[in-house]
Amino acid sequence: MAKKSLKHQNITSVAIVHIVLVLLSALFLIPLIWMISTSFKTEVQASAFPPVWIPDPVESINYKKAWEYGKEQLNGQAPMLIYLRNSIIIAILTVTGTVISNAIVAYSFARLKWPGRDLAFAITLATMMVPFPVIMVPLFGLFKDFGWVGTFRPLWIPAWFAGAFNIFLLRQFYRTIPFELSEAAKIDGCTEWGIFHQVILPLAKPALAVVALFSFMGTWNDFLGPLLYLQDQKAYTLAIGLQAFRSQAGGAPIHLQMAASTMMVAPIIILFFFTQKQFIQGIATSGLKG
Amino acid sequence: MSTSKLNSQTRAGLLFAAPWLIGFSVFLLFPLLKSFYNSFTEYTILTPPVWIGLENYTDLFKDELFWQSLGNSFYYALIAIPVGTVVAIGLALLLNQKVKGQAFYRTFFFLPSLVPVVPLAILWLWLFNGESGIINAVIEPIFHVKPNWLGDVKLAKNVLIVMSTWGVGNAMVIYLAGLQQVPQELYEAANLDGASPLRKTWKITLPLLSPVIMFNVVMSIIGSLQVFAQPFIMFPGGAPERTTYFFSVYIYDTAFRDNRMGYASAMGWVLFLIILVLTYVAIKYMDKKVHYETN
Repeated sequence: MAKKSLKHQNITSVAIVHIVLVLLSALFLIPLIWMISTSFKTEVQASAFPPVWIPDPVESINYKKAWEYGKEQLNGQAPMLIYLRNSIIIAILTVTGTVISNAIVAYSFARLKWPGRDLAFAITLATMMVPFPVIMVPLFGLFKDFGWVGTFRPLWIPAWFAGAFNIFLLRQFYRTIPFELSEAAKIDGCTEWGIFHQVILPLAKPALAVVALFSFMGTWNDFLGPLLYLQDQKAYTLAIGLQAFRSQAGGAPIHLQMAASTMMVAPIIILFFFTQKQFIQGIATSGLKG
Repeated sequence: MSTSKLNSQTRAGLLFAAPWLIGFSVFLLFPLLKSFYNSFTEYTILTPPVWIGLENYTDLFKDELFWQSLGNSFYYALIAIPVGTVVAIGLALLLNQKVKGQAFYRTFFFLPSLVPVVPLAILWLWLFNGESGIINAVIEPIFHVKPNWLGDVKLAKNVLIVMSTWGVGNAMVIYLAGLQQVPQELYEAANLDGASPLRKTWKITLPLLSPVIMFNVVMSIIGSLQVFAQPFIMFPGGAPERTTYFFSVYIYDTAFRDNRMGYASAMGWVLFLIILVLTYVAIKYMDKKVHYETN
């Protein structure tokens, strides 16, 4: 009888956990659902109070309107298309540079011995504490001296010189690869570059995918960087383009703001669904190994 | 022979590390030293810096806006971090109950943390809109008031905290992974002793999770004190009455709107020092409380 009541108690507690989870899920999803719902409403319905949940009629033309909103200022070119193109160019250059440079540098910290390496690594980790506002001003001055302000260069060139977080992440991974593999390759006459290129890199693909994913998210979301360095509207990324869309010249109406926002969120969500495993594992390892 | 081997390893090591050694020097160390020097100068980007000693720092102490913006950033960090941590751990504990559909719930809680900051800001401005926002649509029928969330000096800051709590999915994933590493034998032993679920959580789960919590809290402190885009986009000029004027926004305005690079650098260094001290204290204090596995 004791067993039976225990089982009974279990079913109740499982039910309670499910109810709590469903309610919480609703709480987390409603803002997103609301964004999408508003993006399909007419202007009047969008700001109706009490609110209308399901758009009627479904105005999918909002997306076309949002896409082309403000094209008069850009000689008839759709601003969102230009922003999207800029964001993609910067993302490709940044992600490529981040993956290549960090893959190489982490190899040095993980698998090569040189005097001062451990001190250099400790300093590297410490740089994660440097807040961006401290170096923001001299960095701007530096890029101004290089003549880079107003171009994409300040946004992607530094990515080709590695960074603390990714070095750390990849170093963790490289160190799990058996050192015997390197030794065997060395006996076969491989140079360090050969070992790195032919032995380590193929095995490190999952970790590199995580680095690529995070770096893409980082550039896609970056707001302060483009705000500092891009001045011409034709050079805007989606992030600051969307901000301009909202605030300039009275701003776009709310249903178009929501359509434009949905267009910026959608690629990330789609990417997430295709790369869920890497995403979740990447976040977990980055937060656990500290 | 061993010296030549050492030399070749050293050479390879430095060559492989070269991109970072250059990047570190040019994009980090140089700006850091330059900003330290600049913080003792009067400097607009158009004219060379003029040495004025500690004046920027002494001016800061008399600057009301400095204290107010610093206070705002601290208010945000002091509430958003504990709330976010508790919510993230709570969700992780719930998901760790091995319920059916765990992967779905995890995805639902995680999705909001993927929303980039500009759409995030635009969306929450709309949700908290005093006239036709959905939040007031829930509140009004029950309480018969329509709070002016974005324009009220007491409420506006908290909008940012709610928004940040919505994005705890990232931290939740980390805590969930941490929970899954807790050895099951410990729970089985506790079951034999008849320990309640609450007691097991308090005595086994949380102590074992504490190194992960510590690491994430430290990273959150560093991140929260630098929050820029959210207040900058949502509350231009820190409206209402500068209650949402955050420290990073003040630094940005001082440097790039008022062109006072020296003063902005001094503020940057104050922020850096605060982060260093807080990180040090967090590590020292929590080191005593944190459980490390001994094996």
